Amino acid sequence: MRIKCPICGDRDMREFYYQGAAVMLDRPAPGAGDQVWDDYLHNRDNPAGDTRELWHHGAGCSEWVVVTRNTLTHQISHTALARDVKGASS
Amino acid sequence: MRISGKGLVKNATQIAFEFDGAQVHGMAGDTVASALLANDIRLVGRSFKYHRPRGILTAGSEEPNALITVGRGAAQDPNVRATQQEIYDGLQTASQNRWPSLKYDVLSVNNLVSPFLGAGFYYKTFMWPEKFWEKLYEPFIRHAAGLGALSMQANTDKYDRAFAYCDVLVVGAGPTGLMAAKTAALAGLDVILADEDFLLGGRLNGETYDIDDQSGSAWAAQMVHDLSQLDNVRIMARTTVTGAYDQGVYGALQRVGHHGPRRNPDAPLECFWRITAKRTILAAGALERMIAFPNNDRPGIMTASAVRTYLNRYGVVGGQTVAIFGNNDNALRTAQDLSDAGVHITAYIDSRHDANVTGDFPIYRGATVCDTAGALGLTSITIQHAGGTDKIATDILGVSGGWNPTVHLTCHMNGRPTWSDDIASFVPTPGAIPGLTAAGSAAGHMSTQDCLQSGIDVASAVIADLGRTAPQLSAPRAEGASYQISPLWAVAGKGRAWLDFQNDVTVKDIKQAAQENFRSVEHMKRYTTQGMATDQGKNSNVAALAILADVTGRGIPETGTTTFRPPFAPVSIAAMGQVGQDKGFAPERFTTSHQASVDRGAPFIEAGLWHRPSYFPIAGETTWRQSCDREVQMVRNAVGICDVSTLGKIDIQGPDAAKLLDFVYTNTFSTLKIGRTRYGLMLREDGHVLDDGTTARLGETHYVMTTTTAAAGLVMRHLDFVMQALHPEWDVHIQSVTDHWAQFAIAGPKARELLRGVVDQPLDNETWPFMACGPVTLGSVQGRLFRISFSGELGFELAVPARYGDALFRELCARAETLGGGPYGMEALNVLRIEKGFITHAEINGRTTAFDIGMEKMISPKKDCIGKTMAARPGLTDPMRPRLVGLKPVGDVKQILAGAHLFNPDDEAVRVNDQGYITSACYSPTLGHSIGLGFLKNGPDRIGDRVKMVDHLRDVETLCEVIHPIAFDPEGGRLRG
Repeated sequence: MRIKCPICGDRDMREFYYQGAAVMLDRPAPGAGDQVWDDYLHNRDNPAGDTRELWHHGAGCSEWVVVTRNTLTHQISHTALARDVKGASS
Repeated sequence: MRISGKGLVKNATQIAFEFDGAQVHGMAGDTVASALLANDIRLVGRSFKYHRPRGILTAGSEEPNALITVGRGAAQDPNVRATQQEIYDGLQTASQNRWPSLKYDVLSVNNLVSPFLGAGFYYKTFMWPEKFWEKLYEPFIRHAAGLGALSMQANTDKYDRAFAYCDVLVVGAGPTGLMAAKTAALAGLDVILADEDFLLGGRLNGETYDIDDQSGSAWAAQMVHDLSQLDNVRIMARTTVTGAYDQGVYGALQRVGHHGPRRNPDAPLECFWRITAKRTILAAGALERMIAFPNNDRPGIMTASAVRTYLNRYGVVGGQTVAIFGNNDNALRTAQDLSDAGVHITAYIDSRHDANVTGDFPIYRGATVCDTAGALGLTSITIQHAGGTDKIATDILGVSGGWNPTVHLTCHMNGRPTWSDDIASFVPTPGAIPGLTAAGSAAGHMSTQDCLQSGIDVASAVIADLGRTAPQLSAPRAEGASYQISPLWAVAGKGRAWLDFQNDVTVKDIKQAAQENFRSVEHMKRYTTQGMATDQGKNSNVAALAILADVTGRGIPETGTTTFRPPFAPVSIAAMGQVGQDKGFAPERFTTSHQASVDRGAPFIEAGLWHRPSYFPIAGETTWRQSCDREVQMVRNAVGICDVSTLGKIDIQGPDAAKLLDFVYTNTFSTLKIGRTRYGLMLREDGHVLDDGTTARLGETHYVMTTTTAAAGLVMRHLDFVMQALHPEWDVHIQSVTDHWAQFAIAGPKARELLRGVVDQPLDNETWPFMACGPVTLGSVQGRLFRISFSGELGFELAVPARYGDALFRELCARAETLGGGPYGMEALNVLRIEKGFITHAEINGRTTAFDIGMEKMISPKKDCIGKTMAARPGLTDPMRPRLVGLKPVGDVKQILAGAHLFNPDDEAVRVNDQGYITSACYSPTLGHSIGLGFLKNGPDRIGDRVKMVDHLRDVETLCEVIHPIAFDPEGGRLRG
């Protein structure tokens, strides 16, 4: 599989560390409550189709990348730096 | 026999090699198969199950029969296809699956009892009694099974891996692939042209076709030469593209060293490539299939195209007389070429009544071969025709059941091929692999002219797709014969009609599977093992499923194919796993003091990838414990030196550096004074401990964090996550400097005395109190000094740029020795920290919390931090959780073992009574007895209680007293001294 790192370009997936769903970007406030924290930490969708997930380009530029990947075809339709995604939303 | 004047190898030098101990002569450019046939050796192996005598069936990688073992001893390779192995002087080869010899094989008795060994035999026979399975059935089956054998010695050959990137990957260098590669190359695209043969040209080398005014093989050679002159073309011969994967990634096996003596110890035997291509053109051609007629497996029966290849490429015919049996127009080429070469053709049998066949040999239309004879090789065939049957003597029978486009790669991402009635075979389904297009006969084009044109057309479409302009090329002139075929899968009659030669599957087996209701093609495959051998049924799968379709009353498209999976051809585990061998699996990291430690005879222990000294033995010490005990006492009483460079060091700078640290650590670092160091605890977001270590503040906006050796990479990634994904607005930068600094612990009451004269600055308690840090000079060298201690003694850690590490370590050790000290290793370091109750990843093992290790007060109530919210969950703050304690033995047994579990003294030592477990244990020379650290339910409230330690694995039981985790100097007076 190849992942387009916004810094480095198309790179082999072996250069990346896979974290999981991009839900991790949206850290709840300390007092958000058990249900919100439970969802943030533990509960994940398992879609047959597009997922947004976090990959770390550890063997490259050290950037965290938000990757939109189709779980059925492994087709990657979009990648963006986590810092840009987060910056745009906050 | 060799036909004089025929073949591309006719003027080559002669070569001698060995087959089953006998010397065989061949020509340079021969394969083992062609050389054996040139010497009239038709019998080359025994079949898998029935040990039937088998000969060479094909001339390529699809060969099911002619598997040989190459080489001897550690370099021995089993199951090499004789049809691919090039010969060279001194090559050693041997046949397989026979004992004691190829001609007299004891297990051929299986052939006599074959009526009982049909499909499903194993499933039905070895069911019961159950206890027979392990002792009797499995050993028996394992002994009888398998083809070639491994040497059981460690492989001495080197294997390598490589990566390549290109615009267009062309798979196959026949007429289609050569034209496609040329077209793409002229458009300026980067092209990789891969072919599994050592001579490029595909079928052109096995045919007598002309292209323009040249022979096909000469045209191919010219094309290859022209392409090799282009900078944007990489030609890879002996390279099989084995698999198609996501996003244009292809696996390819390059056989680098199989074609010559292994003289160059640095060259790999094989190289496994990962080729990433923007577009791929599949020009892998087509494979000829057999017809299943009774006794169709005798040595001397081959595919018609293989007969043609051996004649035209190698100048070889495997006998004096040849018959041809086919159901399509293409088979006639074999008869014509043989006839032109003056070989006696005994019969031409075409199953079609209306076959358009002419030639100077006996022709049977509307006829089939219904039986054959010959114990160790073909002697005669029986022809069944409208007028009856004729038995005809012949040495060789060439069979053509039609051609199957090589669709395999197009199915590697779950795609299925499409049935074509025109050619009675499957063709690739367009789009099955994104970016891949099939061309030429792989796409069902069966004439050379059509293939050449297809190469140009497909390449031109690819060029346009990539935004370039295709060159104006017209295909050279070539044969354009039509290909008519009338399907013929099997011929009825007495005797077994073989489909899968390698796994000994017959037409009857397929029918039996259907009768027993294994009607799905996937079930049939598994019940009969059809197509499950190393050749994956390349010659037989289509016929097998056609027969299944017939028996079950379905059409072939409805019956469908089994799943095609990589690899297309066998890939050795050694080639696949080359990065996993030896140091490729675990690269070694050495500290700057490594050589000095080696010089002192230290054995090493792995800590992650790092190699660290276990202990430093001196004269008279015979066990590690003697060295370890001495080193511990040396640190407690004098001074010891230890390389601690392996701990992760992360430089953190920026106006928001303190914010980052306050957020990732449970405790506060924004309040830390410049020139001071603080111990910090890091949690995961789920509330469990991630790592710990000290962080020093070197300036207003400059910190240096240390992590544990094991978690250095993990913490770095964690910090990256926090900075980029949670707080990108913070102005802070981090950099790993682990390898930049060599850092040594100087520990013991004489540490200050030792450093006097090494470090230029005075190190008294006033200027360098406990937890102080800052820059120091060592003459002209700028260093950093930290007054921190992992031993509980007065301790410093001195860091210098890595290039001074070796010299400084040797100097520190020499000074230590004048003070009654010396270097100490990991064993002593571990004892020193257990005595002091300092934790490592043995304690922060991913399941323990700050509460569990007694550090809940380190979670600052004044600020948020990673893990704070979840650490407050009731389940993580339950006093009954196993919590950190110390343990010492108080019974007769004085041993404490890490990994052992704890129980109340009167309880039975079973899981439901479990009270906790030991994480670290050692003998403390300071205290004179064993001690341990562990987690005990409600442990801190049970100090002074007794518990039973039970190690079920090593069968040790010890009565222990629960003690405070800090077993030595609990007040900490020594490290502040």
